[in-house]
Amino acid sequence: MSKVRSMRDAVADLVHDGDVVAIEGFTHLICFAAGHEIIRQRKRDLTLARLTPDLIYDQMVAAGTARKLVFSWLGNPGVGGLHAIRRRVEDAVPAGEDPAPLELEEYSHFGMVGRYTAGASNLPFFPLRSYFETDLPKANPLIRPIRSPFGDETVYAVPPLKPDVTVVHAQRADAHGNTQMWGLLGCQKEAAFAAKRVIVVVEDLVDEMVIRADPNRTVIPGLIVDAVVVEPFGAHPSYVQGAYDRDNHFYRDWDAIAREAVTTQAWLEEWVYGVSGRAEYVEKLGADRVSSLRPSGEAPSGSVDYGVYR
Amino acid sequence: MSEPRAVAETGTAAAAGTGPQGPAAAGTGPQGPAAATTFSKSEMMIVAAARELAGQRVCFVGVGLPNIAVNLARRTVAPNLELVYESGVFGAIPARLPLSIGDPTIVTGATAVVSMFELFSFYLQGGLVDVGFLGAAQIDRFGNMNSTVIGDYEHPKTRLPGSGGACEIAINARQVFVIMRQSKRSFVAEIDFRTSPGNLGGAETAARARREQGWLGRGPSVVVTDLAIFHFDETGEMRLDSIHPGATLDQVRETMGWEPKMADRPVTTPTPTPEELRLIREELDPEGAYTK
Repeated sequence: MSKVRSMRDAVADLVHDGDVVAIEGFTHLICFAAGHEIIRQRKRDLTLARLTPDLIYDQMVAAGTARKLVFSWLGNPGVGGLHAIRRRVEDAVPAGEDPAPLELEEYSHFGMVGRYTAGASNLPFFPLRSYFETDLPKANPLIRPIRSPFGDETVYAVPPLKPDVTVVHAQRADAHGNTQMWGLLGCQKEAAFAAKRVIVVVEDLVDEMVIRADPNRTVIPGLIVDAVVVEPFGAHPSYVQGAYDRDNHFYRDWDAIAREAVTTQAWLEEWVYGVSGRAEYVEKLGADRVSSLRPSGEAPSGSVDYGVYR
Repeated sequence: MSEPRAVAETGTAAAAGTGPQGPAAAGTGPQGPAAATTFSKSEMMIVAAARELAGQRVCFVGVGLPNIAVNLARRTVAPNLELVYESGVFGAIPARLPLSIGDPTIVTGATAVVSMFELFSFYLQGGLVDVGFLGAAQIDRFGNMNSTVIGDYEHPKTRLPGSGGACEIAINARQVFVIMRQSKRSFVAEIDFRTSPGNLGGAETAARARREQGWLGRGPSVVVTDLAIFHFDETGEMRLDSIHPGATLDQVRETMGWEPKMADRPVTTPTPTPEELRLIREELDPEGAYTK
């Protein structure tokens, strides 16, 4: 049975007000198309989880979708801060007024990866050798010391994170949701297995036989996928290995756009509310911009022989 | 990051005479064409940091300045350096300088691309990383670092990015190198938040914590700034060992929130070679993103 849906239907049916939402992908494969659809559908009171909130959560926070962030690194890599989020943290005013304070729950990268891992494996916590002699456990009481049952060592533990919805962007999937990706894998697999519902967004919809020809590359099985959305260029200004580059110019431009609430809202009007979906966004971006982001050459992997065993 | 950006000031080898040992100190730098070459404070800092990596094998690369320093090191003093990126890459050979540490150029041609779980569990916590290379907004005399907030945590004056992988790198990398611009705001008597532990309150407490808590790391070993190079002495405190050409001892002291300990004879950092400058300007950072 095909799980292929439009982005509009997938978000409408699977993302609800108040949900814990994880749009994962570490720099690579960040699904801006899904984030923008969530903004357009005016979802509210979301808890947004991601290691690096990145521009996508800066935009979603600016649009008023979120009440809380769960994260480990809050910045625009190589550029600076996330200004819309900072406005809600540094200039926080009493609830009900704008900008309303944003709740923060912060970990380290390994802590966030561990939280998804515990969530995906149905474990009550994940142990790690981080946080010793830091102020992080004071800032976040959910980071707790735990004694080893096999000796007198103490390590830290973080609780499982089980998103209501995880959105994963990938190079390709079949109609059942069997999903393959290459390049940086981040913790997309862990975040997907930890979630109650999974939306997979892909550049290409492929035949099941393409997936079966290279099973080692399958990161997420259709078993846990609720919807497959085909949305070429859906990760822009993030990137897709082998398909298009990170739009570093936009990451720099955003720094100026997001510095003021009024320019941020104007950008959202033009590029999110003002378009019907990703196809129109890509058209608006223009063919020149799109082609400038294509890789400058090819670097194909060799192929391997799995063998036939009858 | 709200890391203070120094205005680019150029130094020249001739200006090395303003260093602590007078003009003779310039003699520690490479002779010949370099003597006439101008370079910025940022370029000097990146070159000095890269040289510290000589002989190192596996380096975990942080976002920002470490990124360009390690890529310079791989092209100069440490050709066998394995670059580890927290985004899940071991053995990267970036063909261009990545703006972010998750750039596609670190993937193509790498030895291995792994999940972040594997990277942090097996490579870092498993003890395979020789050097963790970090930057921060604030550092104290014992190398404890803050990249979380300026001001109170609940009501921060400036909300910084937070730990990312810094806290676990500081604990689990065998040693930590630091690169950051120094100023009264960044080199402080007391950091506002401890994101990444250094030598805590001194070498003795740090050694006890590391032993009792099973850390693999020995903590920070060098801090390279836009003005100077510091190593850590037996008490666990930063010691001024080398002043960059163009910088003065007064400048170094005026940009620190405490009176630094000093080597008996601080030397002048050798000036960048023409080849080091060429690599930075032509190959690594032609747009000047890191060196402006």
